[in-house]
Amino acid sequence: MNNMTVNPFDMRGKDINWCPGCGNYKILDAVKGALSELDLDRRNVVIVSGIGQAAKMPQYINANMFNGLHGRALPVAMGIKLSNRNLVVIAESGDGCMYGEGGNHFLHAIRRNCDITVLVHDNMVYGLTKGQASPTSRMGMKTSLQFNGVMLEPFNPVAVALALDAPFIARASAGDGEETKEIIKQAVSFKGCSVVDIFQPCVIFNKINTYQWFRENTYYLPDGYDPTDRKLAFEKAIETEKLPLGVIYRREGRELYEDLLGITDTPAYEQGVSDKAFEQMLEDYR
Amino acid sequence: MHHFEQEISIVFGGAAGQGVQTIADALVKVLKRNGYFVFASTEFMSRIRGGSNSTEVRITDKKRRAYVRRIDLLVALNPEAVDHLKDRITGSTLVFAERDHLAEKNIKGYIETPISDLAREAGNPIFSNTVAVGMVLGLLGISPDAFNEYLSVQFASKGEEVVAKNIAAARLGYDFGTETAEKNRIEVSITPADIPSDELLIDGNAAVGIGTVAAGCSFISSYPMSPGTGLLTFLARRADDFNIIVDQAEDEIAAINAALGASYAGARAIVSTSGGGFALMEEGISLAGVTEVPVVVHIGQRPGPATGLPTRTEQGDLNLSLYAGHGDFSRVILAPGSFPQAIELMQRAFNLADKYQTTVFVLTDQFFLDSVASVPRAGIVRSPIERHIVKTDREYKRYSFTASGLSPRGVPGYGDGIVKADSHEHDESGHLTENFGIRRKMVHKRLQRLEKLRLESPQPERFGPSDAGVLVVCWGSNRGVLEEALDKLGRKDLAGLHFCQLYPLHPDVGAMFENKTVIVLENNATGQFGDLLGREFGVRISRRILKATGEPFSVEEVVDALKEARHE
Repeated sequence: MNNMTVNPFDMRGKDINWCPGCGNYKILDAVKGALSELDLDRRNVVIVSGIGQAAKMPQYINANMFNGLHGRALPVAMGIKLSNRNLVVIAESGDGCMYGEGGNHFLHAIRRNCDITVLVHDNMVYGLTKGQASPTSRMGMKTSLQFNGVMLEPFNPVAVALALDAPFIARASAGDGEETKEIIKQAVSFKGCSVVDIFQPCVIFNKINTYQWFRENTYYLPDGYDPTDRKLAFEKAIETEKLPLGVIYRREGRELYEDLLGITDTPAYEQGVSDKAFEQMLEDYR
Repeated sequence: MHHFEQEISIVFGGAAGQGVQTIADALVKVLKRNGYFVFASTEFMSRIRGGSNSTEVRITDKKRRAYVRRIDLLVALNPEAVDHLKDRITGSTLVFAERDHLAEKNIKGYIETPISDLAREAGNPIFSNTVAVGMVLGLLGISPDAFNEYLSVQFASKGEEVVAKNIAAARLGYDFGTETAEKNRIEVSITPADIPSDELLIDGNAAVGIGTVAAGCSFISSYPMSPGTGLLTFLARRADDFNIIVDQAEDEIAAINAALGASYAGARAIVSTSGGGFALMEEGISLAGVTEVPVVVHIGQRPGPATGLPTRTEQGDLNLSLYAGHGDFSRVILAPGSFPQAIELMQRAFNLADKYQTTVFVLTDQFFLDSVASVPRAGIVRSPIERHIVKTDREYKRYSFTASGLSPRGVPGYGDGIVKADSHEHDESGHLTENFGIRRKMVHKRLQRLEKLRLESPQPERFGPSDAGVLVVCWGSNRGVLEEALDKLGRKDLAGLHFCQLYPLHPDVGAMFENKTVIVLENNATGQFGDLLGREFGVRISRRILKATGEPFSVEEVVDALKEARHE
């Protein structure tokens, strides 16, 4: 994006709490760039987050915000979307928040398939609590808590999302701002629950998965890759040698939870109680 | 000679899945249509089939809403029923059961009752429940017409033959009932109250549900847990008629967070659960506190700790809701004592939540939710829905400081402003801050509303002689049992005081206890509300009548407990 243009999602005069060099700055620019280029009205955009460094994101974006509890961004996002489906709802948090503390919600948000976008900053470490392993930490990584190295296999969010048939699954790398922005634009525009796992270097606590590591250990899916092929997507999802970036899976037309529930465009705050329906209800108890 | 005057207590006992509930439901409907005051309460085991459950149906000359221990007529549908209820069977109880269904044959009041034979005679053992209801009507000497009408509607979808066979079964039961009454000289004389035909027959779940609908509730997310599930089911059934969004959550943590998201976006949101489920929601209550997002929490209480007695009753979660969530912030706790009051309080709960941007708890319990009574149509009062939502302008700040501590509440997408809700300590615009000066003001802001809430708190309702020296305090579902016990005692020195708002309490409440001997009646082990009165007003509680067995108080029990009460 041209630096000279004013981005309506910019927040002025806000002190940003991230460390210098943090991958979050790149993601912040990518998100604001995507929202602006999609020409969204900031009054209708809500960014919901949990707790963690990634979860501070909406603090620095000029749009509606619900910065809730650790792990709980997704139920809040659903509640908002169901109560006013005209809003563009983005749930954004880190890997600890979305895949650890909020793991159950991650499963069930995908099952429900509301039209929301789930952006997960995946830095493979806990930043805010100072350097413990996250669900996506690679095996063997030594931390302030895992003295002998991480013993467990990392959580694979792409494979899990795919198993649940999330209709849009992508992976981005914060180091590549432009590519990340384009992927986020697709995710936000997609009708359905779109999940983007965004690799993000933590320059303080993760000395393994650095900008350079991500460059060397990832590759973009080639132009001819067919993201509608779920079997192929599974193959990609379980690759470990080099990790694929881009839109890994995309399926149009999966029914939205909003539609299954018969939710109309009228926001819940405009709703009243029908006197006729009320009297009819009482009739049932005569 | 067995004579029952002014009231009678009929109990149906059987295994889960045997139709105890079906029989009781039909009977109370038919009795209500015949103009009688009825009250039914149910106790059951935590299992899907088998076990021993029972429902008590009381017919009374005055409106009552309490459980009595005494059984006048017992209809036992399986061999275990008599054993299960043996402590309540006395020399004057008449026990109706088939010969095979009675392990103990030497019961004084036993009357052999060939229910399944009569059902078979009508065409199928499946008609046993219909025979049983017909028999009870015969014993009571109440015309079977209303029951026949009921059967015609109930089985209409199954065809004329099924209706006809049910009516035949009802007749066989009825004839057996009248013959038995004559042979055993059973006389029942209760004058029908001639209750108007527009009275509604509802259970506690429906009362809470009707109130919730009347309040304009537009969102519920909940995870099933007895006895909180009833409201979720009620709203799901009415979802299409009233545009209520009903979400079965993956867990209680999701439920409360979804409700807060919905409310932030402008919905009127509620969660319904029981103590254990609510324990999982506690961090969410703290979130509601700091974000000032309104929410209503219905807790259908049951005995804990942990799983406790899942299908039984208790009033043990007052302290849980009073102290739920870390940090200091405001809240309101309501507890209805009757069905019309439940309907009124649910509406009040939503209005208070919106007006004061706070959490409002409504405490009920299994006994209350599963009991059935009639409610006059005039007793169902709809209050105006007061939302207090403003259209935002460009300069809007969600947590602007005001004299009252309440900031105008905007919702996203309505107006030119943006709405930032934050779980961190935040500044007026909703951004996180560690400024101690702002922190101090925000803490005060969130607590300041308690003062107004205190003044808006309804006074407790007094019943009995106004100059009585002994005040018996109760709250929530114990209203009915205390009222009836005091009636039975008929003493000039005893009066009742019922609280439907438990927190915050009106400042004038303390003065009501001056120079009085105070007794509390609570369905829990420690007297949680008594302690609260002590803390708030220094009230000295001279006696606590407590029960935490998982059963409700019976009228007899409260009468006995109060017999010795004296003004000190």
